[in-house]
Amino acid sequence: MSRLSVLNPGVLTTLQDRGRTGYEDRGVPPSGALDELSFAIANALVGNPAGTGALEFTLLGGQFRVGQGGCVVAVTGDMEVFIDDQPVAPYQCHVLRSGAVLKVGRALSGARGYLAVAGGFVAQPVLGSVSTLMRGELGGFAGRAIAKGDELQLAAPSQYLPLAAREPAQRFWPQREHQPLRVVLGPQQDYFDDSQVERFLSESFQVSGQSDRMGYRMTGPAITHLKGFNIVSDAISTGSVQIPGSGHPIIAMHDRQTTGGYPKIATVIRADLARLGQLKPGDWMSFALVTVDEAETLWCERQVMLTAYLDELLLRYRRRS
Amino acid sequence: MDIVEQGPSLRIAPIADHALYIDFGEVIDVAVNQRVTALARRVAQAGIVGVTGLIPTYRALTVAYDCTRIRQSRLREHMERLLAEPDAAVAPVRSWEVPVAYGGEHGIDLQWLADHHQLELEEVIDLHSAVSYRVYMIGFMPGFAYLGGLDQRLHTSRRESPRLKVPAGSVSIGGMQTAVASIEAPSGWHLIGRTPARSFLPSRDEPFLFQAGDAIRFVPIGPDEFDALAAQPDYLPQWTWRT
Repeated sequence: MSRLSVLNPGVLTTLQDRGRTGYEDRGVPPSGALDELSFAIANALVGNPAGTGALEFTLLGGQFRVGQGGCVVAVTGDMEVFIDDQPVAPYQCHVLRSGAVLKVGRALSGARGYLAVAGGFVAQPVLGSVSTLMRGELGGFAGRAIAKGDELQLAAPSQYLPLAAREPAQRFWPQREHQPLRVVLGPQQDYFDDSQVERFLSESFQVSGQSDRMGYRMTGPAITHLKGFNIVSDAISTGSVQIPGSGHPIIAMHDRQTTGGYPKIATVIRADLARLGQLKPGDWMSFALVTVDEAETLWCERQVMLTAYLDELLLRYRRRS
Repeated sequence: MDIVEQGPSLRIAPIADHALYIDFGEVIDVAVNQRVTALARRVAQAGIVGVTGLIPTYRALTVAYDCTRIRQSRLREHMERLLAEPDAAVAPVRSWEVPVAYGGEHGIDLQWLADHHQLELEEVIDLHSAVSYRVYMIGFMPGFAYLGGLDQRLHTSRRESPRLKVPAGSVSIGGMQTAVASIEAPSGWHLIGRTPARSFLPSRDEPFLFQAGDAIRFVPIGPDEFDALAAQPDYLPQWTWRT
């Protein structure tokens, strides 16, 4: 078993997996990778079972020294990657020898990048997940972001130890798609009259600096309520677009509170959450309406596409090993 | 029972392709909350493939689903069928006895709160511990229980500036509500006491104590008893079934 010594942790780097499901009725948000598409591909590239914990970078990567025994890594997201100062490609797995220095630079587009290691990181699952929830000091490495000097222990790799692919795998760039985020109205659109709903659907909004894994605060046009902005608290979903008293939307993300008291004008559909998760402060966005049926079909198609792609990666490794 | 009899405010709405939202009305009310928890129980018992989570709140049940397993149109049919079934006789609830050390270092706002309401310390403790509270919902943070039933004489506006760290187990009053803090966190509520019981402990076999629909009664204890109970790593408060 090897390890990674953290020389530079980056801005906000946390261990994430697919999140903890089934505890929202107990106040525990799902957490998990904000761009589950790039996260899933990182794991597949190093031959990990889907859902193995990986490091999630925010805007900037980090720098790591590889311990005794070496390791196999892959970085996804639109990140700069260097091994011993030599630039290498993301979306490709790399075999690192003992003492090598892996540097993940800045995100060239989007906000998140992922580092998966073959075998995964050693971390104690909490409620079935190793995802870090900093607000609750749960999961990950002692419930916090990684810090300089941390020694991250790596688990033994699976039997399908991948060989370094010569060509980078086909890439998915949710962070480079700039069409509107698709939403279904509600469940409290009756707190807004038609002109405000129309405004929400036709104007552009900018992601503010006060945005994190809990939620994105948007600046731009304010949406006016028809009948006050306090509702009796109810559940919040990932992608819920809440309109607080200021009229500036807040989109709930994976580390959100599970309940809250602002009316929700709309909800971002599942197929667009990865794209949403790649937005960064300063980015502009707009919203487009779809039906529930369309949303479900888009998600099912996305899952078919991803599953087929991941299977293809695994097949390639099995043939070569 | 006809769906209409559930009240004119009953409403089923999509939360995009994440969940179905079943809203019983824009109120904090025991009868409404009982409908929510009763429906949650029926949905759980129905064992519908594709349902991935049930989140009961004051006034609505959110039924999360996976559309690769079940389409929302089909899930909605299930919900309409379950809503049309009559509510079973009032189900028994778990009734907890939660020990609380009131005042002193454990409840630094108790004196202020008593003065504010022109009550004696003992009167505040008696009023707070005389009632059986209903857990309306769990939310805000892991294991945090919103309790209904606080005596009107204890309703108190929140502090103007929240405290940045309030220890786990703090028993507090905010507005018309009282609560037990599940983890150390910021709070703008008034701290009147503290329980040695941990309502959220991820390392424990049962990480959570409370769930929506439970009843809680607070039992005053002294600081010595608090210390003795807090020293037991596996301490759990007692509960009994109550109908």
